[in-house]
Amino acid sequence: MKCKKCGGVAVINMRHHRLALCAEHFVEWFISYTQRAIEKYRMFGDDDQLLVAVSGGKDSLALWDVLSQLGYRADGLYISLGIGGDDGYSAASQLKAEAFAEARGLTLQVVDVKQTYGQSIQELARTTRRGRKPCALCGLVKRHVMNRVAYEGGYDAIATGHNLDDEAAILMQNALHWQTGYLARQAPVLPSTHPRLARKVKPFVRLYERETAAYAIVRGIDYIYDECPHAVGSKTIFYKTLLNQLESRSPGAKLSFYLSFLQAKREGLLSVQEEALKLNDCRRCGQPTTAPGLCAFCRLWEQRVGDHG
Amino acid sequence: MVKVMFRDKEWELRAGMTVRDAILKVGLDPQAVLAVRDGKLINEATILRRGDVIRLVAVMSAG
Repeated sequence: MKCKKCGGVAVINMRHHRLALCAEHFVEWFISYTQRAIEKYRMFGDDDQLLVAVSGGKDSLALWDVLSQLGYRADGLYISLGIGGDDGYSAASQLKAEAFAEARGLTLQVVDVKQTYGQSIQELARTTRRGRKPCALCGLVKRHVMNRVAYEGGYDAIATGHNLDDEAAILMQNALHWQTGYLARQAPVLPSTHPRLARKVKPFVRLYERETAAYAIVRGIDYIYDECPHAVGSKTIFYKTLLNQLESRSPGAKLSFYLSFLQAKREGLLSVQEEALKLNDCRRCGQPTTAPGLCAFCRLWEQRVGDHG
Repeated sequence: MVKVMFRDKEWELRAGMTVRDAILKVGLDPQAVLAVRDGKLINEATILRRGDVIRLVAVMSAG
């Protein structure tokens, strides 16, 4: 299989684009494709200061790499959740993120949830009686920390490595349950609705997960291959597997599914009546919350029983 | 023979088949893995040669 641009040996064939490329031209295409998405969805401009949410995985490190190459001012944020203890998943992921930043001279901020707030995510799940799986808490804690760091650091936007497969899986899950509220909010850009809530952007939203992995490999990015131990058997993986079966039979199905959804939203077909939410300041942390009093994050820490360490 | 590795599993396959066929042969989805030989990414139509060691890399994460 030959590169469509130079005739050299292709490293990847993207059937949905009918495009096979060699390593050099794939990297070139990948960076350019990301830039086009940034412009198309008006994610951010040259002067914006970006905070990249870095997990140590392929998507976030590839994103940081691309944004840096494009010349954007992008710092990294690693949130250590304490999964797996001292030498477990979180520790290994953090090492990858730190090594990546150091090798490229990039600034990485690390927030250790246990050191900062008193408990790891696993301990928090136990003491708030959420069961063994901390996944629901994980999202809440990460959102809170990202917003806090972005606000305190004066960042214009938080960039995450969500790719097309992530978005298509979420879309499928929400569509199967007709979660109109979630569907209305799913977008490549989530605008800031409060000074303490940073804009969220997803520059890889049109790139297949296969492509972000290929980019990381071709660029020699040392990312964590292991999946979070709590992700085993997750719904997201299940929906991604279903979508891949569809993609095998019909190349481009995932891309079409997601882009058609965005088109339908633009045409108002999925618009929902959203009341303008009144946001209050959390009386403990100051972050906006729809409920008066404490925000969901601070309420979570209040709910701990037995162990308040 | 060709050695194919994925996570903690290993298979011995005959040379001459494509990467795509090898992925299917070991029961994986070609959409969900990439193949690496000598540290370099190789495309799914690549014919595997005797002595090749292929590492399959999962592309799927929980997001």
